[in-house]
Amino acid sequence: MDKQGNESNHSKKNNKDVSLDDMNLGSKSISRRNMLKALAGVPVAGLLGFNLWRKIDFDKEKELRTLKELGLHELQNQKTYCHKVGEAHITIGIIGFGNRGRALAQGLGFLHPKEIEKRKKNNTFKSLEQQGDLNVSIVGICDVFDLHAQRGLETANSNLWHKSNHSVKRYLTYQEMLSDKDIDAVIIATPDHHHARMAIDAIKAGKHVYLEKTIAHTEDELNELYDVVKNSNVVFQLGHQITQSTTFKQAKEIIDKGVLGKITLVEATTNRNTPEGAWIRHLDSNGNPKPGNEDEIDWKQWLGQTPYVPFSIDRFYNWTKWFAYDTGMIGQLFTHEFDAVNQLLRIGIPKTVSSSGGIYYWKDNREIPDSLHCILEYPDRDLTMLYSANLASSRKRGRVFMGHDASMELGNTIRIMIDNNSTRYKSSIQKGLIDTSSPVISFDPNVGQIDALTSATAKYYADRGLTNTVINGKEVDVTHLHLREWLTCIRENRMPSSNIDIGYEIGITSLMAHRSYIEKRQVSWDEKNKRIV
Amino acid sequence: MIKQNISYTKSQLCVLLALRFLVGWHILYEGISKVLNPQWSSYSFLNESQWILSGISKWIISNPNILMLVDAVNIWTLILVGAFLILGFLFKPSAIIGSLLLLTYYLNAPPLLGLEYSIPMDGSNLIVNKTLIESVVLVLLVLFPTNKVFGIDYFIFRKTVKD
Repeated sequence: MDKQGNESNHSKKNNKDVSLDDMNLGSKSISRRNMLKALAGVPVAGLLGFNLWRKIDFDKEKELRTLKELGLHELQNQKTYCHKVGEAHITIGIIGFGNRGRALAQGLGFLHPKEIEKRKKNNTFKSLEQQGDLNVSIVGICDVFDLHAQRGLETANSNLWHKSNHSVKRYLTYQEMLSDKDIDAVIIATPDHHHARMAIDAIKAGKHVYLEKTIAHTEDELNELYDVVKNSNVVFQLGHQITQSTTFKQAKEIIDKGVLGKITLVEATTNRNTPEGAWIRHLDSNGNPKPGNEDEIDWKQWLGQTPYVPFSIDRFYNWTKWFAYDTGMIGQLFTHEFDAVNQLLRIGIPKTVSSSGGIYYWKDNREIPDSLHCILEYPDRDLTMLYSANLASSRKRGRVFMGHDASMELGNTIRIMIDNNSTRYKSSIQKGLIDTSSPVISFDPNVGQIDALTSATAKYYADRGLTNTVINGKEVDVTHLHLREWLTCIRENRMPSSNIDIGYEIGITSLMAHRSYIEKRQVSWDEKNKRIV
Repeated sequence: MIKQNISYTKSQLCVLLALRFLVGWHILYEGISKVLNPQWSSYSFLNESQWILSGISKWIISNPNILMLVDAVNIWTLILVGAFLILGFLFKPSAIIGSLLLLTYYLNAPPLLGLEYSIPMDGSNLIVNKTLIESVVLVLLVLFPTNKVFGIDYFIFRKTVKD
């Protein structure tokens, strides 16, 4: 380099040198030789293009071969998301307008004006616009807390799509709301100890019901609710929205096609490590108690049928911590996990359930465990479902379906690993057609298609988890989809996905898990007499 | 100062041309592979950003529209720079832009002592990595140009000189 470098030294030139000065930069005509030299890069680009074409072809063929090997080459495309809703206008009352009530109102297309402003500012308004108008009005709000009720009224008047022709009314009791003939349907989003009673009364009053989980706090309530729904013409939807996610639908197809082989073990987990996640929610971000006192909260009504205790802001916001109002992680988190597994494998109520755990980290005034493990046995299906939850470590453990031929991790994405000792794929593994060391299939709803043989880096991108799902490239809130399904079923008199039969299975299974924890013994399901023993 | 009348030995020329084609090839394919992979986003990379550019990277990923714009600009810069390096078209600005782009990648995730990344890095690196080397190689190619003869730039500069 230092001999020639960028130095222009003609005297150093010899015959072997190639002088860039000699290239006739100033000549009038372009010689063929110079022309060819100038286009030296073209064959290189051509070579790249040719190899690129070969690579694309090769990848496609390899992917198709893998998909064929797994029997997944003919996967159905996801249903399209259509903005059309029925013409019948539906009037809705919301009972309980706390955090979940707000989220449900948002799913219906109602958002507090301040929230709209905030979302427009931080650029998160777009996903809401995908929802489309559901042709509903929120005409009634019932909440025992004045502040929540007021927020509910303001939200109900703020539809994203149209100005409401209906006035919004606040009801002081849910019975008052149910007696209003102008309300077609109710959404129940109160603390859990009210759920079943309110739903039963609503159905008896002829209202369609969207009930947040958990479905019921006792076996008697659940049985009564089941009978009431079965003997009515109303549409009942339980708030288990996971089935609406695109990933879930794809997972169902993969399982139905038998890609995993015989599944004998399913592991589901909850891994959280924050006060919020452990239901310590009565303090604001500055550590001060959140608003609410006995003058603004109808405490007696809030307690309902539960034993009287003096007003406590801790109980009001953190009701999950006490067994009088909830079953803790079983009611709040296990139900979702079980629902996911049940709707994929249709396993129903287990034969036996054993739960154990304790309060090992959050040693406050709680009754619910912060470490909980439930074993559900299905001897008739040759299957065990394990649920393990911890509120003092957020290490991700995922939700895994373990089959003899492959395992599937299902979260916001799907990853399938072929088992090294699989019988079905044995010859493909031996021939090197299938690699067992990395996921052979990963499905990312952001793309909307199965992508076999993803690269290691691509797998990282797939991990961006959201509560939203993606349909045809559009991001949609799953709660919105679940509500939409409920409304469509009301208009078309059809059965929704989280209907009373599914709800009953979840309800009984949760109560079994809860009773096992409380009674420190294995409990069984008496199929004949429909009782937990 | 660089003048047009530079002379190289044949082997020097061959190596310079090879270097230009190889770097161009690499950069062009990096861009094309991102177009071919609809899952690709710079999100994970920017999310890992730890050094002096971490502030701006966090800002980019906090805004979906900006992130989309950055992704598109990144992909098309890679494709154009890569193709222009190979073809020897607008070589000098392309190489400088390419070098700066690579330097930006480096500054977002330099293998400095104490900085750890959850995304696996290519090879074992301490302060120096292949991105930094490639960035410097592009500067070298600007200083030892071959485009005015072995590139489409020949047609441009031929006219300039003629006029």
